[in-house]
Formats: sequence, structure tokens, C-alpha cells
Amino acid sequence: MTAEPRFRRVARFVSPADRGFAAVVYAGSILFALLIVGLFVELVLGSWPSIVKFGPAFIFSSSWDPITSKFGALPMIFGTVMTSLIAIVLAAFIGIMAAVFLADFAPRWLGQPLSFLIELLAAVPSVVYGLWGLFVLAPFMRTTLGPALQHVLGWTPLFSGPIYGVGLLTGGIILALMIVPTVTAISRDVIVAIPRDLREASMALGSTKWETAMRVVLPAARVGIFGACVLALGRALGETIAVTMVIGNRPEISSSLFAPSYTLASVIANEFTEATTSIYTSALIELGLILFLVSMVVNALARLMIWSVRGSERV
Amino acid sequence: MIRSLRRCCFSLAVVAAMTLPAAAATQLTGAGSTFDYPFFSKAFYVYNQKNPDVTVNYQSIGSGGGIAQFTARTVDFGATDVPMNAGELARAPGPVLQIPATLGGAAIAYNLPGITTLHLTRQVLVDIYLGKILKWNDPQIARLNKGVNLPDMSIIVVHRSDGSGTTYIFTDFLSHVSGEWKSKVGTGKSVSWPAPSSVGAKGNEGVAGQVKSTPGAIGYVEMAYVVENSMTAAMLQNKAGKWVSCTPETVAAAAASRPEVSATNFSIVDSAAAGAFPISGYSWVVVYKKPTDRAKQLYDVLSWLVGPQGQANAKSVDYVPLPRNVQAAAAATLGQMQR
Repeated sequence: MTAEPRFRRVARFVSPADRGFAAVVYAGSILFALLIVGLFVELVLGSWPSIVKFGPAFIFSSSWDPITSKFGALPMIFGTVMTSLIAIVLAAFIGIMAAVFLADFAPRWLGQPLSFLIELLAAVPSVVYGLWGLFVLAPFMRTTLGPALQHVLGWTPLFSGPIYGVGLLTGGIILALMIVPTVTAISRDVIVAIPRDLREASMALGSTKWETAMRVVLPAARVGIFGACVLALGRALGETIAVTMVIGNRPEISSSLFAPSYTLASVIANEFTEATTSIYTSALIELGLILFLVSMVVNALARLMIWSVRGSERV
Repeated sequence: MIRSLRRCCFSLAVVAAMTLPAAAATQLTGAGSTFDYPFFSKAFYVYNQKNPDVTVNYQSIGSGGGIAQFTARTVDFGATDVPMNAGELARAPGPVLQIPATLGGAAIAYNLPGITTLHLTRQVLVDIYLGKILKWNDPQIARLNKGVNLPDMSIIVVHRSDGSGTTYIFTDFLSHVSGEWKSKVGTGKSVSWPAPSSVGAKGNEGVAGQVKSTPGAIGYVEMAYVVENSMTAAMLQNKAGKWVSCTPETVAAAAASRPEVSATNFSIVDSAAAGAFPISGYSWVVVYKKPTDRAKQLYDVLSWLVGPQGQANAKSVDYVPLPRNVQAAAAATLGQMQR
């Protein structure tokens, strides 16, 4: 109670330098807000002809035929969300485990170079991932991984049907590889920042190292780790070239993870340069708008989850 | 330290001042088709070697983008795999000349382990892409390939996922052969592919890679890619009933069979000539009839490009030179340019 008025009195004596700094900081954050608003406005303006022509049916229709100018985004929304979902499930599991290992288990001589290598993965250009996916992962999926999965899980619709090599699952795996460094690097930093006291207390109570990591450290770090996953998910939703090369580019919704699919970003990358009619261009921009909205919804949902996690922690 | 830095800056400025006059010589800019890019970069490099005062900066941003830039007059010329249509011409700020610049063909590459020759009729190819023929050992394919042990394998139909002139030529060919394709799918740079087992791949390299790594796959690829990637390509039966493969000679034969090529009548697919490969097409350069400036240089470069000297650069990068009669027609159209 006493801290607040005292702080206010101090604040009255700000130097001009402080004021200038504050202005710069404010300007920076406002610039970002303006950028987002400008992007949104530009997307809406660009997609207006398509919004007017197709209405809400654009989101629920499955046909994508540039010749007859019939456009619908549903298969691409499905593909975008599914590949990102596969990616985040795989990347979260592997990334968090790797982070725990790097933070609490790895000896120094191994931990340092290993985290350096993982961070290096984030610097690999996405087209390289895409080429690797097309020439290595897709054939491996078709000849080895796919048949193996089908042999074990073929009774579920998720793993049935012909295996092309390219498809939803391959796209998801490529994305997982691309976002694992983000999850790992941030999660490791969060875990390292958890106070030593917690670990020591847990050990003192007789927990093993493993129990300490899983039951004490990870729960304490979960908000930060969740943030890492949200950041990674954002990258997965918008990733373009690598996914385009391995997803099969077929605007169709299939229950099988082996089936070719399409993502919002891939369609734009594929067709924008040669889109000659104005309604075609407009439909592509509307895909961009939908991608923008999908990312926003996903981020909002993740934020809500973080808040609920935080809330339950306080109780 | 500072002095040496200053001296360095000074000498840099001197060098810059000396090179500036050369750089101020004419620079022409063009934008458009990615298909043209390897040929253009070779040809314009050679032209620059001979005429050091003219450089051509060509940006391969895609035909649609090329037309947009050209219409906005941000480039001196555009390049497109499909000529500008009436609507696009109406949007352009002035009368436009459209000149054929190079020729290309799309080979039908396939991946069937151990099978090095494959014969397909035009109708069978249409039925494969329509999804009516689903297996490689289908009687309709077996009938054409007696003595070949065709596997009981699903046909995986590979197509370009990015909008492309190659797709336009290929679907134009399918539409010419089949009324069903024409009404169900149509002709375009991107279409809605009907075959149930179709897969889209980005770029020629994507289709080539996909076909190469997937047994049972079939796909259309620019001629050069089949040669470079040592892929197996099918022999097609042309309209005259002859079996042809995609080579510079058969593509040139298709072009030579229709010398009256123009921007409104440009399709040379499914030619009736005996030696013609049915999946062939031109790529086009578009210029204004009255360019705002640099008209003389632009005319010189382009008339060199479509003439025998420019076309001589095509073969080394696996493109097909324009036949003599088309070169003459291109030169005549270009002659209308005011310079």
C-alpha cells in the first residue's frame, strides 16, 4: 500500500533522457500494433471482391477450380490445422524431453554442444528441409515408415489407404523438425530458470532425479513451456515452402494421414504468381486473410489455456 | 588507421566514378515467365558480350506477375507462356505487340522399375489423367505395350501445383484430344485435377523429383528436365498415328506445321503433322507498340533474340529454336514497333 504513492513521487522527476526513451519504446510498440492493423485492413481490402462474391460459403466449400472460378477454402484450412497439430504434438513431446535432458541431466561437455546443434537446426532454410523431405523423408515414408504404421495401426481410418510418400503426415513431420528447436531452446531456458531450491527440496524429500524433473520442475515450468509451444505453433501454421514440397498439394479432405492435402500458405505460394483474373487473386488473398484469422484464433486459444493453467496454479 | 580508411574511401569513389559511365549505358528490364528464364539469361548474356552498352535485366517472377508489371509499365517488356488475352490487352495502357520467343515441349515421364519403353495413345493419357485408368496393367495400356511386363500397380498422377505455362500446354493438349476433359476440367495454368490418386508438386524440379522417387508415378515435365534428370519418358502416338518422343526435332516439327502462329491463334498442341510431338507450345514476349523510351535498344535486342543469332542459343540450354518461318513472322510483328 505504501509502495504505490512513493513510486508515483519518484516518477515525477523523470529526466528528459528517460522521457525520450519512453517515447521510443512507445513508438516501437505502437508501430507493431499499426503493422498488424494495416496488414488486416490490406487483406480485407484485397479479398473484398471474393468476400462479396462467395460470402461465408468460401470457408465451407471444398472446390478449388480456377478455370470456373469456384473457390472454397475448407480443404486448405483442414490441411493447415492438421499439419500444425501433428507438428506440435510431435515437437512438444520431443522438444520438452530434450529440454529436460539438456537442463537437468546432460553433463556439461555434452549439453553445451548439443543445445548449440539444436539451435543450429533453426537456422536451416526451409527450402532445404523441403528438398530433404521430398527426396529422403517422402520415399522413407512410402517404403518403410508408412507401411510399418499401417501394419500396426491400419485398422484406424487415420492410417488406412494408399501411401504416396507425400501427404499430411509427411508435412506434419517436416514441420515438427522445423519447430523442435524453438520448443527445445525456450523450454530449456525456462527449466534452467526454475529456482534450485525447488529441486533441492524435492531431492531432500527423497525424490529421484527423474521424479524431480517430471513432478516438480516441469510443472513449475509449464507456463513458459506452453509459451514456447505457442510460438512454435505460430511458425508451423505459416510455414510455406517446406510443406508445399511434401504435402502433395491436393485440395481434398481425407481421413487418412497418408493422403495428400493442401495448406493455406501453400496455395498462395503455388498460385499467386500466375493468378491472372482478379477474382482468382482476390480468392488467394482471402486465403491469406483466413490464415491470419486461423493463427489469431489458435494464439487466442493458447493464451486462454495459459491463463487457465496460471489460474489453477494460484488456487 | 583513419587516414588509410579515408584513402580507401577516396579510391573507391574514384573507381565508382570511373565505372559509372559504363553502368549508365542502357539497361532494359523485363519480367515474367520462369520457363523462359534459362534461355533468356543465356541469350541476353551473349547479347551483352557483343553489345556491352546494353544490358538486359530479366526477372523470372512468373507470367502473371510479368503481365502485371508490364501493364504498370514498370518493365520494358514482359514474358508470358500464354499470350495476353483480350481482357488483359484492354487493361494495358497502349497497343501491345506479342512475339513468340521460344518453344518448349512437355515430356510424359514415368517411373516403372525395369521398364524402359512405354507407349501411350493420346486417349489413354487422357483417361489416366481423368482417373478412368487406375492401374498400370490395365488392358488398355497392356494392348499398346505387348511383351512388356506391366506391374499391378496404382498409377500415381503427378501434376504441377504451381500455376504454370507447362500445365497450360498440357491441359490444352488434353482438351484438344478429349471433349470430356474440355467440359469437365478445361485448359488453364492451374486446374482442378480429377484423378483420385493425383499429387501436386511445385515446379518442374518438384514433378521430376516426385516421379523419380515414386514407383508407379506419371507426370508431365519440360523436355529439358527429362534429359537432365535421366528419366524415362513415354512415346506418344500423335494425331497422324506416328509414335513420337519429346525431342527438339519433334517439338520444332509441331511448330513448323502451323506457321500462321499469332497471339490469338497460338495453340500448336495435337498437331496433325507426321513428325510432330503433340504437347508443344510457344512462350511469348510482350512489348508496347510505342515504348515510352529506349525503343531503339529494345527493338534491337528483341529482333536479335527472335532472329537466327539469338535462337542459336536455345539448343545449349535444351530449348527449341523457333523454326525459320516463325522467326520471320516474329520479325514482321516486331517491325510494327515505333522506334
